[in-house]
Amino acid sequence: MSQTQWEAALVSPVDRTRDHIQGSAGAPVTLVQYGDYECPYCGEAYPIIKEIQARMGDRLRFVFRNFPISTSHPHAEHAAEAAEAADAQGRFWEMHDLLYERQRHLTDQDLHLYAEELGLDVERFDKEMEENLHAPRVYEDFMSGVRSGVNGTPTFYIDGVRHDDSYERDVLLDALERAAAASPR
Amino acid sequence: MTDTSPPHRDTPLPAGTVAPDFELPSTPDQKVMLSDFRGQPVILVFYPEDWSPVCSDQLGLYQAVFPEFQKHNARLLAISVDSAWSHLAFAKDRNLHFPLLSDFEPKGRVSRAYHAYRSGDGTSARALFVLDADGVIRWSYLSPVGVNPGADGILRALEEIDGKETS
Repeated sequence: MSQTQWEAALVSPVDRTRDHIQGSAGAPVTLVQYGDYECPYCGEAYPIIKEIQARMGDRLRFVFRNFPISTSHPHAEHAAEAAEAADAQGRFWEMHDLLYERQRHLTDQDLHLYAEELGLDVERFDKEMEENLHAPRVYEDFMSGVRSGVNGTPTFYIDGVRHDDSYERDVLLDALERAAAASPR
Repeated sequence: MTDTSPPHRDTPLPAGTVAPDFELPSTPDQKVMLSDFRGQPVILVFYPEDWSPVCSDQLGLYQAVFPEFQKHNARLLAISVDSAWSHLAFAKDRNLHFPLLSDFEPKGRVSRAYHAYRSGDGTSARALFVLDADGVIRWSYLSPVGVNPGADGILRALEEIDGKETS
């Protein structure tokens, strides 16, 4: 087993019952992102993904999974838990977007204010945050990323295979279009 | 470890090799000896330099994955040619809680012994080794210098070691 390299592929397939998904299951290509809310590179990728989604429309299915690197980003873990707490109230993507749009302001107090701003049941949100109710879910995402060869954030997978090229808009869009064109569907 | 350091090679010391023993500073006044960790798996992470972006992502990731390494009772030792004082500042800044060893004098001697030295740059290569409880290399991997190799290979190697011990 020495000096062998393996193809980095997603070990946990997209699961409609647990994953955060935008776009239809019938889309010809699926993009999975492992991301950290406090990571500036993920912040850079955020508007790029939005633009690619707008361009590709229903030909793209997008999945976001948590990969907080807490040693480098002290607020990333709680931010991920906040997005999951919003998900428990059916508002994952709104919180996800807000966190990236304000990624320099992610203290616990900020997260509480975002919950208010989104009109969540704040009492429930605060309780779940206090109890770290969603930490196991965040860690599950994190470990599925580690085992899939995530080596930093953001890491993308196109139809389950790690995209090792840049996530610059045109490069990523081109890779997605090629995958979509090659899809048998 | 002998003084006859092998020349730079493109492949790190392979699986099946007894890991060369060494003693290196972990702080300005403390040293760590590899053979002190006999009886448990050891992960050796050679990396080029403190402070460079990929290194920090890689070591930050290992800190985050640390509980998984601990499930295998494994020790993690990271090694570069930076001085112990640089390591101290770097570990503090990046919140790293495993030893960063200083392969500083004679420069790169241990890295060379593992065939994990880049002569042109004068730094350690980005190489990973997983040693079993007997100090034998069970897995090694050389990553392109700019690429963070992630943690999956390490976990696979530790699982393989555990599997063989329990079977």
